[in-house]
Amino acid sequence: MNWDVIIPLFGFLAIVFLIGTYSSKYIRKAPDFLQEYFLGSRQLNGFILALTMVATFGSASSFIGGPGVAYNLGLGWVLLAMSQLVTGYFTLAVLGKKFAIVARKINAVTLIDFLKERYQSKWVVLLSAASIVVFLFSAMAAQWVGGGRLIESFTGLSYTASLFIFASSVLVYVIIGGFRAVAITDSLQGIVMFIGTLLLLVGTIVAGGGVSNIMTELAVENPDLVSPFGADRSLTPLFVSSFWILVGVGVIGLPQVAVRAMSYRDSRAMHKAMIVGTLVVGFIMLGMHLIGVFARVVVPGIEIGDKVMPLVALEVLPGWLAGIVLAAPMAAVMSTVDSLLLLVSSAVIKDVYVNYVKPSASQRQVKTLSISITAIIGILVFLMAIDPPDFLIWLNLFAFGGLEAAFIWPIVLGLYWKKGNAYGAFASMLIGVGSYMIIHLSVPNLFGMHTVVLPVVLSFIGYVLVSLITQHKQQIENQQIIQRFWGV
Amino acid sequence: MGDGRNHYKEDLRFKIANREALMGVFLAIFNFIWWFAFAYGLGKKPVAEYTYIFGFPAWFFYSCILGFILFSLIVFVMVKLFFFEVPFEDREEDVE
Repeated sequence: MNWDVIIPLFGFLAIVFLIGTYSSKYIRKAPDFLQEYFLGSRQLNGFILALTMVATFGSASSFIGGPGVAYNLGLGWVLLAMSQLVTGYFTLAVLGKKFAIVARKINAVTLIDFLKERYQSKWVVLLSAASIVVFLFSAMAAQWVGGGRLIESFTGLSYTASLFIFASSVLVYVIIGGFRAVAITDSLQGIVMFIGTLLLLVGTIVAGGGVSNIMTELAVENPDLVSPFGADRSLTPLFVSSFWILVGVGVIGLPQVAVRAMSYRDSRAMHKAMIVGTLVVGFIMLGMHLIGVFARVVVPGIEIGDKVMPLVALEVLPGWLAGIVLAAPMAAVMSTVDSLLLLVSSAVIKDVYVNYVKPSASQRQVKTLSISITAIIGILVFLMAIDPPDFLIWLNLFAFGGLEAAFIWPIVLGLYWKKGNAYGAFASMLIGVGSYMIIHLSVPNLFGMHTVVLPVVLSFIGYVLVSLITQHKQQIENQQIIQRFWGV
Repeated sequence: MGDGRNHYKEDLRFKIANREALMGVFLAIFNFIWWFAFAYGLGKKPVAEYTYIFGFPAWFFYSCILGFILFSLIVFVMVKLFFFEVPFEDREEDVE
């Protein structure tokens, strides 16, 4: 056991637990349980909004998987990672005010609430809920594996015991505190991630004898480590650029990100969040991936990519500082998992149960059910994660791409294109998810681009074509929807 | 159900929202061009001919480091000068 590392880690878990307890007070007092539990009563300020977006999006892959790949491929992978800078401002600028205003007009609590009102179609709702449950569940499992492995590597406990510690600490604050607890802990986690990146970056540069020295040594080992093409020249410009869709602008279609675009208090919060979010996401992505590259000189010969970040932290920093730094990936994993857990639970309760199974359910029933379903889903994920699948970055990206292909156009065009209708949305989701799965399983990275690109293009074509062809259907309903969404 | 068309008047706040969304899109496009042009424009020559800035290869410095700083600044300026505050509620509600 390494107590220097364990003490900050458990201190961190204790604070997170306190935040959950604090937030649960709001849940008892809130006039509308669902609004509070799943959306924090739309009260986020700019700082919390920025950090919860960054922290939700920045996951185990940014802190563990990503630096590991950068270690092996060099600066080309940092270039790729910097395609994520755009997420800091793009999502809020594009969804931004429109989404916030519309969500209030229709009193939407979840992303699916929005889709339901916009398209008035049971099938769109059920397909959305199914995609969210399936894809986010698998994303969550991958993240939990990451969380368990992290605790395992710091404490030396067995994997199952580590996973149990991780699972129980996340479950407690999400279940009792809801969205508010998630957002506040996300901010704390975002700060930990930021500070951890800064400390480790400085420590690694110093240990490597300065940037010039590190670059010279890398270029001697293999010149392509400092080229944009990757150590094995596998990173073609087209492939790297396609990540602008997967982890850049496409992020707008992720439900866990989109739902945050309706959770903030006012336009000032949104403005501030764009500035803070861009700075924080850019710094963390640049810093963490650079650390991975620098680590090749500082700690050569690491075989397993996922171990690069913990090993370099223990190598270049004094024990107690390493403990704080290693809380960062922990924070990244927790802040992603907590949002996903809440989202899956909201899809089951709010979108399926309250909408279709029992619309007459009382506040009290909904409350009991929300809390117990959240707990059950958490336990299920825990059980899945005990015997885990291997490469977490790819599993995570699979869920990412599938959700983006499903939701990006129903959200964006639903907000900005009056002619978009339920048929178009349904077709778009089917085509997006279907083609993603087919391409991913049969010819991944078709035409040298990441798998996500084609499904996003195809689902766009599907949305537009099918909407245009079906313009004559349900004209009165569509007229009412337009009045409701766009009218005064 | 009456004909909603006669009474239809578009929410004026959406004019602002639409313009800001477009600004976000253009900024992302500009960001991509900056990132791509420097990375592959300067990075495609043989590594032996690279120039270095603050220890980093020039392509990386301009594309990723300067790009990060520049676009953070642009976002700041864009939000401060061109984004307007609009109320989100249809009527003002009490905010704690």
